[in-house]
Amino acid sequence: MNAIVVNNLTKTFGSFMAVDHISFHVTKGEVFGFLGANGAGKTTAMRMLCGLLKPSSGEGRVAGFNIDTESEEIKKHIGYMSQKFSLYNNLTIRENIRFYGGLYDIPKKELKQKTDELVEQLGLTSYTDKLVQSLPLGWKQKLAFSVAIQHSPEIVFLDEPTGGVDPITRRQFWDMIYETAHNGLTVFVTTHYMDEAEYCHRVSIMVDGKIAALDTPNELKKIFETENMDGVFRKLARRAKRNE
Amino acid sequence: MVIKEFKHVLRDQRSLFFLLAQPVMMILLFGFALSNEVKETKIIVVDHARDEISKTLINRFEQNVYFRIIDIVPDESMADDIFKKGLAKLIIVIPANIADDIKHQYKSIVQLIADASDPNTAAIVSTYAGAVFRDYQNELLGLVKMPYEIKVEQRMLYNPQLISAYNFVPGVLTLIMMILGAMMTSVAIVREKELGTMEVLLASPIHPLQIVLSKAVPYLALAFITEIIILILSVFVLNVPIRGSLFLLLAESILFISTTLALGLLISSSTNQQQVAMFISLVGLMLPSLIFSGFMFPIENMPLPLKTISNIVPTKWYYNIVRAIMVKGLGIESIWKETLILATMTLVLTGIAIKKFKVHLE
Repeated sequence: MNAIVVNNLTKTFGSFMAVDHISFHVTKGEVFGFLGANGAGKTTAMRMLCGLLKPSSGEGRVAGFNIDTESEEIKKHIGYMSQKFSLYNNLTIRENIRFYGGLYDIPKKELKQKTDELVEQLGLTSYTDKLVQSLPLGWKQKLAFSVAIQHSPEIVFLDEPTGGVDPITRRQFWDMIYETAHNGLTVFVTTHYMDEAEYCHRVSIMVDGKIAALDTPNELKKIFETENMDGVFRKLARRAKRNE
Repeated sequence: MVIKEFKHVLRDQRSLFFLLAQPVMMILLFGFALSNEVKETKIIVVDHARDEISKTLINRFEQNVYFRIIDIVPDESMADDIFKKGLAKLIIVIPANIADDIKHQYKSIVQLIADASDPNTAAIVSTYAGAVFRDYQNELLGLVKMPYEIKVEQRMLYNPQLISAYNFVPGVLTLIMMILGAMMTSVAIVREKELGTMEVLLASPIHPLQIVLSKAVPYLALAFITEIIILILSVFVLNVPIRGSLFLLLAESILFISTTLALGLLISSSTNQQQVAMFISLVGLMLPSLIFSGFMFPIENMPLPLKTISNIVPTKWYYNIVRAIMVKGLGIESIWKETLILATMTLVLTGIAIKKFKVHLE
């Protein structure tokens, strides 16, 4: 079953074609890496998938809903974590969890129970009523991820979730991603780190608004005859005509 | 959602303190320090006459609460020096032959030299001093019957003692509401954009309008509390009465706060940076509010283009309303025009803001 299906999706801003007829699909439970240099159009594409932007043409379905006409339904079935840290610093951990839970209409009772489970999983039980700003960045990031998936969405969109986090925490973060994907959650992730691309089941690389390559990391390395994803990315990026 | 916004506002204690302390400070400052009334003006008398009449005159000034004679000197050559040193605001020159002149020519000329580097004070002070001389003249006249005279009887309606608090309490109220409503709201929304949390909120099922409205509610409440603080202060500390209906005043205030919130929303949808939002509110709203509300500078004296501009500044209308209710004690029948204008402004602004907000999301 496919969690995301996209066909000739296009977004133009004036005469500028930010996303140029892209087509792909993501299967359920997959960790899908969405790569591209700055300005390649990956954020625009992702915003369309999340129902934040209307596509100029083309079609797409996310969690079975049309991205053009059913964006409100889509919003209920996805989780979203932005590249900037997206919890409220001057609310406590509990308040943050409760607030985001409230946005998705999780019943109060369930939410209370979930909150306790969540902080226990993260080992933050003793910090539940501390302000989020007192946490180190790595912890905040993990918490943000947990919060983004607490309403059990079908797909979670992560927009450069590991920016500015140290390698060990990043590793732990990816373990978390794997665990949730294992439970049937589809993960759609953009990243700048090429070593992270290796963790993905499949990777698409955008260049100039188009998808220039899409395959498993191993296949990509074979096709482009390099030893790691970084090589693949460099070879593709060289073709880019667009500059920032 | 609304609860969370309240918590945000309450957690940010520094700005909360600022918001609540500011009106108190402004009211007290205006109330006691920046009064338009001039008391204990320092004056210097140049007494060329040194006779009975000049003594009587000096005596009168000494007894007057508005003046304090700091020196009596023989000639005015030092006048310039005195002003430069800022020792006095006014110099009174009594001519040498004042007694003779009055007796034989039935007139004498007393000179008042005022430091007009502060024109308002200079004008007020000279008027006061003039009044002292007129009083004396009237006493001299008391014996002589004038062939005919026109007596001017002044009646200062609504504020007979010309207490300046009557003027600035509505002014400060207007300004504070503007700051709270427009600036704080726009900054709060833009802050969310800057943090990146706005995107997450937008990606959630909650409606964008709901996000914005819940931002506005705590500030509406805060603005309302501030308003009540100001009113309490002005009634009990500054003795400015609320002559009209308190209910009407509060209702009009909610209308005005809505106007400012709409303005704040409009600002927030046109920028993504807190500092820009702050700057726009300050330059784009605060200054026009200050200048065109009629609080500091009378609108009647402005050239036509500026007068026209003043009509689109919401503060002007609210200021008129507050003055009408508080000071004049008028009811809705005399301020329906202002109310209607404010209401229209609010609707139009909200409309534009919502439209812009939606476009911005695309």
